[in-house]
Amino acid sequence: MRPEEGTIQSRARAMAAIVALLSDEPLVVCNGFPSREVFKLGDRPANFYMIGSMGVAPAIGLGVALAKPQKKVVVFDGDGNVLMGMGTLATVGAVKPKNLIHVVFDNEVYGSTGNQPTISRVVRLDAVAKAAGYVNVERVLEREDLVYEFKDMLKKDGPSFLLVKVTEQSEDADRVLLEPDEITRRFMKAIE
Amino acid sequence: MIDSDVFVQALQDIGFNFFTGVPDSILGGIIATLMERQLYVPAVREDEAVAMAAGAFMGGKIPAVLMQNSGLGTSLNALISLNLIYQQPCLLLISWRGFEGKDAPEHLVMGQSMPAVLDAVRIPSRTISEPALAEDLKWVAQTFMKQRIPVALLLKKGIVKSIQP
Repeated sequence: MRPEEGTIQSRARAMAAIVALLSDEPLVVCNGFPSREVFKLGDRPANFYMIGSMGVAPAIGLGVALAKPQKKVVVFDGDGNVLMGMGTLATVGAVKPKNLIHVVFDNEVYGSTGNQPTISRVVRLDAVAKAAGYVNVERVLEREDLVYEFKDMLKKDGPSFLLVKVTEQSEDADRVLLEPDEITRRFMKAIE
Repeated sequence: MIDSDVFVQALQDIGFNFFTGVPDSILGGIIATLMERQLYVPAVREDEAVAMAAGAFMGGKIPAVLMQNSGLGTSLNALISLNLIYQQPCLLLISWRGFEGKDAPEHLVMGQSMPAVLDAVRIPSRTISEPALAEDLKWVAQTFMKQRIPVALLLKKGIVKSIQP
């Protein structure tokens, strides 16, 4: 059985639960279905949607966090993305931005390309983040725990890493209907 | 030979205030100066560095990324599917390893191809020279914000003083 037993949420449902807790925090969303789903379910000007450059969402988030130390910066990431840019966990762990919350929705597959398995079933990404030096690291399955831990991370000094086990299910969501340069301009204005 | 203090100050004077990258021996002096001035955030890969620069730019900083030209290969996808199409400018300070074939074997292909690679993805570039430094930086300042894309300054061996004696 995959993902692990006890997982109850789809990624879209889990992401929507977190977006509902945000006010003006900048949110960087990784490429693939995550960006499409957030655009459909919870678009806001302070969202930055990646459409390519797989693997660098937390690096973009780190740049924003260092430039805007007074704002909590949230990154939505996937297991395939984290595995591709795993070095950035080390960079974040070394730089230790207090205002970065890295949320990883782990469905153990490359969902945007046909559900080929990733290796996150074997490699515990939360354990990697802990070893890399993230200050707060949690792994959740249930929606209640997700909301509780994320609210807690909004209050605490980070960097924080929240691993959310989710199902393989993807929303029927269109591509992000904004031009890339428009995404940049809108995001910059919203987080000024 | 340009002093690294002078070079970094000249970059700061035209507005650069966020520096990241991955080291190279040619860039050693510049990185040492940046670290002294607490302006440098070390990255572990060049694609991570250009993405960090993109984030810093969107947060209001003027970013520069230091890398060996081998890192141009590593960062190319991020440069074209993030920085370029999203119009997130950054200055790439790229050391030209393998220039005129005088370097270790691993540098020779990129050493020869780098200008063509940059041209192919439409990243404008200039090779720094000491007498024209002021002009080179003026070009950077103008191109950077007008085109809102990454621009590259290429550094050959010995152009900026490396690590302190």
